[in-house]
Amino acid sequence: MMCVVLRAKLASVCETMNLPEVTVVDYGVGNLLSVRRGLERCGASVVVTSDPDKIYSARKVVLPGVGAFSNGMAELQRTGLDTIVQSLAARGVPLLGICLGMQLLLDESEEFGKTAGLGLVPGRVVPVPALSTGGFPQKVPHIGWSPLALPVKRQSWESSLLQGIKAGEAVYFVHSFMADPFEPKDRLAECFYGGVPVLAALERGNVMGCQFHPEKSGEVGLKILSRFLTI
Amino acid sequence: MRSVRLIARLDIKGPNLIKGIHLEGLRVIGSPGEHALRYYEQGVDELIYMDCVASLYGRNHLAEIVQAAAKDIFVPMTVGGGIRSIDDASEVLRAGADKVAINTAAVANPELITQISRRFGSQCMVLSIEAKQIEHERWEVYVDNGRERTGIDVVDWVRRGVAMGAGEVLLTSVDREGTRKGFDIALLAAVSSEVAVPVIASGGMGKPENLVTAVRAGGVDAVAMADLLHYKRATIGDVRRVAREAGIGVRDYEFA
Repeated sequence: MMCVVLRAKLASVCETMNLPEVTVVDYGVGNLLSVRRGLERCGASVVVTSDPDKIYSARKVVLPGVGAFSNGMAELQRTGLDTIVQSLAARGVPLLGICLGMQLLLDESEEFGKTAGLGLVPGRVVPVPALSTGGFPQKVPHIGWSPLALPVKRQSWESSLLQGIKAGEAVYFVHSFMADPFEPKDRLAECFYGGVPVLAALERGNVMGCQFHPEKSGEVGLKILSRFLTI
Repeated sequence: MRSVRLIARLDIKGPNLIKGIHLEGLRVIGSPGEHALRYYEQGVDELIYMDCVASLYGRNHLAEIVQAAAKDIFVPMTVGGGIRSIDDASEVLRAGADKVAINTAAVANPELITQISRRFGSQCMVLSIEAKQIEHERWEVYVDNGRERTGIDVVDWVRRGVAMGAGEVLLTSVDREGTRKGFDIALLAAVSSEVAVPVIASGGMGKPENLVTAVRAGGVDAVAMADLLHYKRATIGDVRRVAREAGIGVRDYEFA
């Protein structure tokens, strides 16, 4: 009951703020329905498209994606969307990468040999360690709910994508590779897998990303999507 | 600390949520949508939808049910029952599912495991196993919702299925299913010690305490619950509390 009221309130707040629409980039990688439904639940008007012109002129963009880095990058290049996403980032358009969509924001990935990424966040994408800090083998892919933690050099999530989220709130991960941004300031959140810090979210100006799936992370995930809509 | 996943399993027949005993004698419980939403609001970690007659009668309603669920439910959903091909898998994934669970078709054509895992990733390919005990510490694989025997040894099959690309195992004890007698711990332990991928215990959860043994002695990563939740004998919150009191990690969840 509580949550129905809460959702109705949230939706009405969103409406009165007259939120701009969100454009979800469709480059043939992954399930876009859940991302669309999640954003819609947060009150957004959602356009899912592969049309380069529409994406170029979008005011808020989500880059989703699951699967292999090289395949995702190849699809972006084949459709010419790579340079369009780079231009969005350069023009200050809020950009949110999710899962593979976040990994593609970095310089390069080690998945299946080296593949260049979009280069919007300095750093690379490396395998999730198959050994815990205690030296024990651990399951990869990392699948499941993990609590979000503040990286060592960050004081709070105030005014970031994660504003309103409390450290310890859990979100849903499915991944075998993880982003490793070079600049500590870009590391927005981490989670721990077998004691190893794993990048959970990044933020570099208008370029943001979640390794976890906000659209599959229950009410915490929806709160993050709602926050993105206000940025 | 590793977090054990609490999963609600919804067995579906036509448009209805149903429940049986030993996967038989199916009784209608109600609307899958209402139950799924209740579990979501209780903080369930995942949902599993199983069409329990699909492999017998061909087409299923799961795509529609999942598509409707995806409007209100924002946790991972696994869908199984009657998925025979890449196209079938693709259809339920497009409808909002995150993973597919395959039993009968994987036994008939093990290559399907590899095909699905290559196409959608191994995290997407859940090997569903229906196991029936045949002698001490030995179980046989059943198909068609616990109706048909295959002569295949469960431990051999799980090893092979994982080698072929299954990223997770949904292990249902036909003997315990719907009986509320607790999980078949020997079965869980035999399988979870054999593979490196997550194992979901299913069949027999009669009270929240059963989870503790499944995790401690059975070594599983997740538990699927049906009867316990459908008949409102416990909530996800009750199960979470019992797990926590026993020192088992579960997702921190406080509903706003």
